[in-house]
Amino acid sequence: MSDVDEAITRVHHEEWARVVAALTRRFGDLDIAEEAAAEAFATAVERWPADGVPPNPGAWLTTTANRKAIDRIRREDKRDDKHKEALVVRDDDPHEPLGAIDDDRLRLVFTCCHPALAVEARVALTLRMVGGLTMPEIARAFLVAESAMGQRITRAKAKIKVARIPYRMPSAEDLPARVTGVLAVLFLVFNEGYLATGPDTDPVRHDLTSEAIRLTRLIRELLPEDGEVAGLLALMLLTEARRTARVSATGELVALDEQDRGAWDATLIAEGHGLVRERLVAAAGGVAPGRYQILAAINAVHTSARDIRDTDWSQVLALYDQLVRLDPSPIVALNRAIAVAELDGPQVALAVVDRLKPRLADYHAYHATRADLLRRLGRGDEARAAYDRAVDLAGNTAETASLVRRRDRLR
Amino acid sequence: MQYLVSVIDDKSDPGSTDRGPAISAFNERLVAGGYWVFAGGLADTSAATVVDNRGEDVVFSDGPFVESKEYLAGVWVWEAPDLDVALALATEASKACDRKIEVRPFQ
Repeated sequence: MSDVDEAITRVHHEEWARVVAALTRRFGDLDIAEEAAAEAFATAVERWPADGVPPNPGAWLTTTANRKAIDRIRREDKRDDKHKEALVVRDDDPHEPLGAIDDDRLRLVFTCCHPALAVEARVALTLRMVGGLTMPEIARAFLVAESAMGQRITRAKAKIKVARIPYRMPSAEDLPARVTGVLAVLFLVFNEGYLATGPDTDPVRHDLTSEAIRLTRLIRELLPEDGEVAGLLALMLLTEARRTARVSATGELVALDEQDRGAWDATLIAEGHGLVRERLVAAAGGVAPGRYQILAAINAVHTSARDIRDTDWSQVLALYDQLVRLDPSPIVALNRAIAVAELDGPQVALAVVDRLKPRLADYHAYHATRADLLRRLGRGDEARAAYDRAVDLAGNTAETASLVRRRDRLR
Repeated sequence: MQYLVSVIDDKSDPGSTDRGPAISAFNERLVAGGYWVFAGGLADTSAATVVDNRGEDVVFSDGPFVESKEYLAGVWVWEAPDLDVALALATEASKACDRKIEVRPFQ
């Protein structure tokens, strides 16, 4: 890759959201902002190799995109008078005081993750408008036909315009719930990358996990005081740190207890631990941690152990107990049972897991966890049946391979 | 910006019938806030008549245009600056009516 190509990629990462956000603010229309930003970057790709990268690439792109947007509005004005009304420059709240966290990009994020949009639309719109991914990239990421993904984004943009979803910071009263909504979207992108659901896709999708981390870093930059933002970033970093150790050379998912801990990414772990420590200080000051902070803390305990036998399971269990109080979902209870098995033995854990059957009977991890516990208890036939059921329900290729291997190792 | 706000009731799981005072109080808040344009509760769907004069002869038929478990029990029209304001009001409205609320912008 040439220096100019590299510069364009870097500037795209750094400036895309800023350009789209500034144009949306100016023209009050996501469609125009998106198209003009894309045209400005296309112009950069065309010109920069010959003209050189401008000294302030962000300003160059914003100016170019502004010009493209005005060109389009003029074209549309001539073509269709009725359309003109929709393109009138609008600034919802010009005299709104600029707070410390005020940034056009944040408005853009909150608009894309608005609760009145369908969840899939929020994910797609965030990746397109904030992340700058192209339509084909997003379609590929979620294994959806390009036309269907295009329609999803077009429909969401139309709803924002027609129903007048505002382009501004949520009120202080709504802010925590709206931030939670944004984090849910980012976590969804990350998880799809970390454990891809389709049988015909790579088991770990680095493109998605790294995009989710990049966007979460952006939100952290914009909302530095928010504990859950820090928690989610730490959780992602500590999970991503184990990525290469998580799939074996033969394409099997490698469980935490079998991973080569030397292959973990020490830089990501150090950054994640730093964030967790920062939140521990806040918790000591009386700020109750949310679920992402607790999940990050659990991952910090795991990544602090150089050997699986060094894991501080009582700490893990204490954190899960805290999490259960916040989130009484059966999936949290299932993960808690794994810590119970390490502390009180597989028999006690199996009793805990069995109680979850009515709610988790169709969840592959329920059967996989049960199978592992039954294997440890020497109940081979029952373990085999549980592995069979888990294999039937699992969607991820590497996970299926790992389950088959564990099943076939039973005597 | 005006929004049509529909109150949705469910024949198999109807909302409570003692909502009058709560709805009146909410309507007063709508008026005081400058949001109120129109409000009206509707009679049962069995009282509806559909008129179709697209062909040669007008056809009257008894009943609503679509039979469904969920039906429109009443409507408001609100004036609100944006969807966030309308959704915040609808959140209150759903509690006041003890029913689901649909918010839909006018063109």
